[in-house]
Amino acid sequence: MEVYLDNAATTPVFPEVKEIMGKVMEEDFGNPSSRHTKGIVAEQYIKEAAEIIAERLKCQPKEIIFTSGGTESNNMALIGTALANQRAGKHIITTRIEHASVHEPLAYLEEMGYEVTYLPVDSTGRVSAESVKQALREDTVLVSVIFVNNEIGSAAPIAKIGEMLHREKTDLFFHVDAIQAFGKYKIVPKRLGIDLMSVSGHKIHGAKGTGFLYVRDGVKIRPILFGGGQQRGMRSGTENVPGIAGLGVAVKKIYQDHTEKTETLYQLKKRLIEGLQQYEGVTVHGIDGVSLEETAPHIVSVGFASVKSEVMLHALAQEGVFVSSGSACSSNHPELSGTLQAIGVQEDLLDATLRFSFSVLTTKEQISHAVEAVGKVLPVLRRFTRR
Amino acid sequence: MYQAFLLKYAEIGIKGKNRYKFENALCSQVRRHLDKLEGRFVVTREQGRIFVEAEGDFDFEDAIEAMSRVFGVSSISPVQVIEDKSWENLTKEVGDFIEKQYKEEKFTFKVKSRRSDKHYPYTSPEICVEMGAYLLERFPHLSVDVHHPEVYIWVEVREKAYVYAKVYPAACGMPLGTNGKAMLLLSGGIDSPVAGYMIAKRGVFIDAVYFHAPPYTSDRAKQKVVDLAKLISRYTGAIRLHIINFTDIQMYIYEQCPHEELTIIMRRYMMRIAETIAKETDCLGLITGESIGQVASQTMHSLAATNDVCTLPVYRPLIGFDKQDIVGIAEKIGTYETSILPFEDCCTIFVAKHPVTKPEIPVIRRSEERLAERIEEFVQAALSTAEVVEVDG
Repeated sequence: MEVYLDNAATTPVFPEVKEIMGKVMEEDFGNPSSRHTKGIVAEQYIKEAAEIIAERLKCQPKEIIFTSGGTESNNMALIGTALANQRAGKHIITTRIEHASVHEPLAYLEEMGYEVTYLPVDSTGRVSAESVKQALREDTVLVSVIFVNNEIGSAAPIAKIGEMLHREKTDLFFHVDAIQAFGKYKIVPKRLGIDLMSVSGHKIHGAKGTGFLYVRDGVKIRPILFGGGQQRGMRSGTENVPGIAGLGVAVKKIYQDHTEKTETLYQLKKRLIEGLQQYEGVTVHGIDGVSLEETAPHIVSVGFASVKSEVMLHALAQEGVFVSSGSACSSNHPELSGTLQAIGVQEDLLDATLRFSFSVLTTKEQISHAVEAVGKVLPVLRRFTRR
Repeated sequence: MYQAFLLKYAEIGIKGKNRYKFENALCSQVRRHLDKLEGRFVVTREQGRIFVEAEGDFDFEDAIEAMSRVFGVSSISPVQVIEDKSWENLTKEVGDFIEKQYKEEKFTFKVKSRRSDKHYPYTSPEICVEMGAYLLERFPHLSVDVHHPEVYIWVEVREKAYVYAKVYPAACGMPLGTNGKAMLLLSGGIDSPVAGYMIAKRGVFIDAVYFHAPPYTSDRAKQKVVDLAKLISRYTGAIRLHIINFTDIQMYIYEQCPHEELTIIMRRYMMRIAETIAKETDCLGLITGESIGQVASQTMHSLAATNDVCTLPVYRPLIGFDKQDIVGIAEKIGTYETSILPFEDCCTIFVAKHPVTKPEIPVIRRSEERLAERIEEFVQAALSTAEVVEVDG
């Protein structure tokens, strides 16, 4: 049995996504900028995808900019907004548990003279609206908060932060990295006070190399890619028409029967946590003090005392269970997870933590198999540890 | 007029009556390398040299690079073949050739010549003098230096005429297939690929064995070793890589033997297994990348303890090399970048903090007695589940 529990890394495409992408590649392959029929047909796919997404987000299609994925969306949101609003100020607020595609562009902006405040999170991985408020300054131009953390699945109080920002300071922009959240939560940016929002296609069963950035109408942002002026000059480069068409289909499909799906995901999460907790020396990170429903439905981060995560990962792979390790394997210089450190995970679990993540395609049986596999490899690995 | 290459070889010139075997092996290796390129190449041998004629579309740089990797070739010179060898045409073509190869470059030169066509109106010394004069007149920026010229311009007059000047250095060594086969113990490190390269360079075919320990080493670490084997096979020809699952053996030693002897005993079992496969596959020796004193398992004592289990000769071409020298060769043959990828760390969780550096053979043998119960079973299992990957860069 093959059990793929690394859906926070990527997901398989839905068959319907593959189907429309194949059709676009083979038949409707025109360049949307071409003036002839082939171009118009191709352009239609982009319009349709933008309309599907706009309907979901209750926004206008023109507020959607298609990108190559989450990394580009985050880069564009942060660098593009910072550069367009330099005169308003050079202070940015974010959290200590952001993904590298937020963290690194911000480090780049710091080099360029911006000042960034990194807010701590509590033991469940949540930043409080109050701490964001405390950090606000006259020259704050941008607040960037990850909606669902990719390592531990904590969900930030986006609505509260958005509301607070709206109340306190209207001349700044609120960016949300929703790469792990989109598809799991129904998100209406305007209701949450979100100005910019990053989404990736391949986390919701679309193709790799797809994604979008929501940019609220009226937000000043500079492009980071220059060229032929596609997408109203905001993102030059011939559009990835097959990918965008597939993204539209994926968005439509992931939100069908959404409530039911979400409930199922939480059941899987509960099943996995309870299953793993029956074993000795197992710690599920970031769930104490919150109800399960306050965390994202599809990510579980688990520490296994005195087992190296990398070794455990390979052992589980031998059992057909595919998960992810929190840190890269390097025995001499472990790159320990910033997120786990930020939520105060005890030192010896930092490189002994695995992430299990599911999708709507994951089944109860798969979770049971994964729990059994852990039960099988755990004692073996613990028998052989460094003396 | 068309393009050809002249390949020179050094050592096989002295092989007496076996010489034709070496030359045939060399020709077939040159062909093997060139067959992978675009274009058609005809390889012939003549009078202590190899002649390669190129036909059709081919990439000059690629051809030189491919031939420079053939063990046994000491240098490569691009040759212009001149069919109309009348003096007037010959001088013009030689001049054009020099112009094309050296553009505006300034240098001192000397013309050297050979003449096997005894009916040709000029003798060899006359060709040298007259051709030199022609070139000086046509290219006033050049000058002659008969004692220490920067460039020798060779003009040969046979059935056709040939001119060549540039000399590209090549791998040297001896052609593959002239010296049997050996089994390389290939790890993911910097040294073992270099060791394999150096032995192969003496005309030895190479097979390899790699020990992995899932789940303690990852599939990426294994892929890295396959990639390394592929990189050295660009020189050594096809390599059969035997991948041995060493986990059970390693764990058993870990449980039964003193911890500080783990590495040395592991290495003894690796040698035993490598030797078993070597003998089954007609290898005449083992190759390791060991170098005295580099790590605890490579002290003189440790090497002796490892060597103790082998009956085949163990070739250690890097034995007296400093790390920096080894890195230099690894960079030259293109394995360094891959060797330093950080994948192999996971198995180090079992390494003792203070391994023995002066193991005594009787002590190690006694420790191994503790393995008597099951080790044979584990070794047999490892041998019978070996995965074989054939690579040919």
